[in-house]
Amino acid sequence: MERRPRSFYILTVFFALFVLFLYGPTLTIGILSFQGEGGGLTFPMRGVSLHWFRDLFQEQAVGDIWGAFRRSFALGLMVMVTTVVVSVMAGLAFRKRFAGSGLLFYLAITSLVIPSILVSLGVGLIFTQLGLKIHWATSGFGSQLTWTLPFGLLIMFAVFNRFDASYEEAARDQGATAWQTIAQVVLPIIAPSLIGVALFGFTLSYDEFARTLLTAGSYNTLPLEVFGMTTNVTTPVIYALGTLTTLFSFVIIGVFLFAVWVMGKRRARAGSDAGKGV
Amino acid sequence: MTDTLAQAAPQAPATPPRKGGALKNRHVLGWLQAAPLTFVLIAFLVAPIVMIVIVSFWQATEFSIIPAFSLENYEFLFGSPVTYRVFLATFKYALITWALTLVIGFTVAYYLAFHIRSQSIQIALFLVCTIPFWTSNIIRMISWIPFLGRNGIANQTLISWGVIDEPLEWLLYSDFSVILAFVHLYTLFMVVPIFNTMMRIDKSLLEAARDGGANGYQTLVNVVIPLTKPGIMIGTIFVVTLVMGDFITVRFMSGSQRANVGRLISNDIGLLQYPSAAATAVVLLCTVLIVIGILLRFVNIRKEL
Repeated sequence: MERRPRSFYILTVFFALFVLFLYGPTLTIGILSFQGEGGGLTFPMRGVSLHWFRDLFQEQAVGDIWGAFRRSFALGLMVMVTTVVVSVMAGLAFRKRFAGSGLLFYLAITSLVIPSILVSLGVGLIFTQLGLKIHWATSGFGSQLTWTLPFGLLIMFAVFNRFDASYEEAARDQGATAWQTIAQVVLPIIAPSLIGVALFGFTLSYDEFARTLLTAGSYNTLPLEVFGMTTNVTTPVIYALGTLTTLFSFVIIGVFLFAVWVMGKRRARAGSDAGKGV
Repeated sequence: MTDTLAQAAPQAPATPPRKGGALKNRHVLGWLQAAPLTFVLIAFLVAPIVMIVIVSFWQATEFSIIPAFSLENYEFLFGSPVTYRVFLATFKYALITWALTLVIGFTVAYYLAFHIRSQSIQIALFLVCTIPFWTSNIIRMISWIPFLGRNGIANQTLISWGVIDEPLEWLLYSDFSVILAFVHLYTLFMVVPIFNTMMRIDKSLLEAARDGGANGYQTLVNVVIPLTKPGIMIGTIFVVTLVMGDFITVRFMSGSQRANVGRLISNDIGLLQYPSAAATAVVLLCTVLIVIGILLRFVNIRKEL
């Protein structure tokens, strides 16, 4: 191995500073959420306590955050499942280069780059004018899909661009129907990427703010509730909430990454059996 | 993309037409499979945009909106000096954030792609950079308060070092904090596409450059940067549109003291002035689409994934 050039060490320092920049503030509120009972929003710490976490569990102190959490969790799961199913179907469709696919692709890109507040405003206006009830599970759900689906689709493009079509040919040559080919050959091969799509679907929904703002109706999702708190809560209880939801996000990300890792391991093991006989 | 398709495409005509009629037609089957996506995009993207365009010609009273055809929303919008100031501020935020995220994102991606030799460390460090993307933006904004506030860490540190005597007032609730938050939230959107493009650069090109006598700087400018352009463009599209469409970062990080177009819209919404909000939204959308249209001339997104 050749010697590291000097630029390596400079860039390592730069990268370390970047990571510190990314995580430093989050760590800061992590520490401050253990602020003592008399402490404020900034350092110094006035003792160490779990006071602000206890506050979170008392409804009167923070409003309905547990209801908001349940709604966000349910909505996240709905968006996740829908994003995976719709993205895979669309991914398969785009491989066929059907007439008009270019238009649909640019529509999806528009969905990604359009200012979120337009989706929020437009969906809100449509539901009001049609006399439909604005609710997180209907208008909110649809608005969030306009944000998660393009990501899912882009991931599917990346997946299918690298997909070896000879596996499908082999399946067809063995007499598999179109459906069998998809269910027993294509889907198992792309499964790890689908976990990635699911991760995007859930986390982007769980943290979505702008597109849900005017489309959630009378029951807030968690990010809306947190934003509401920033205007009227002036105690470290908001740090405690921030720390808890960030930890929750980390757990979710960890579960998904672990699933990908396990799948890779199993695949590697199964692969090593090949040709050795059973 | 083209070469993948070139391999995939001949199969369809090569297979003799089987029975099954319309379901075997790739256009019909394609649209059937794309139907759910099409439905969502029409119902929650196209229809809302159409609705906004329609409502932008309506009139509003204090309590309700009235269907009409009137240009007064646009007349008011284009007649007001505030509009131009706010659009200018929006471009300013986008430009500064773009420059900063580009420099930081390129450097980080370059380090990951060319200086990390072990693939597992590369994946681990890449994940370290991406994980914040999957956490809440609002919380990430809130977490700057203890750092930037009047009695925050930054001011306390600077005072204890004797650099300043009085706490700096412009750290929080200023253009500085707004741009800092943008860079904090969106640099990732530069890192990922640039890293993706860099990983596809054939390492032998770099060796060839060195063998040809290029120094590190020349290799960077004449080989790496030109080959990374598509990634830079995709990152640019993300960052510019996110910043131009933002309203919440500007509101929160400036303590409502600064404005961009997004805030103009959200203020009108807050006052239930939907037609006026819709007119501003139409102008914002056109602006963003023009910017994207220009950027897309430099890159073929589908080819780069």
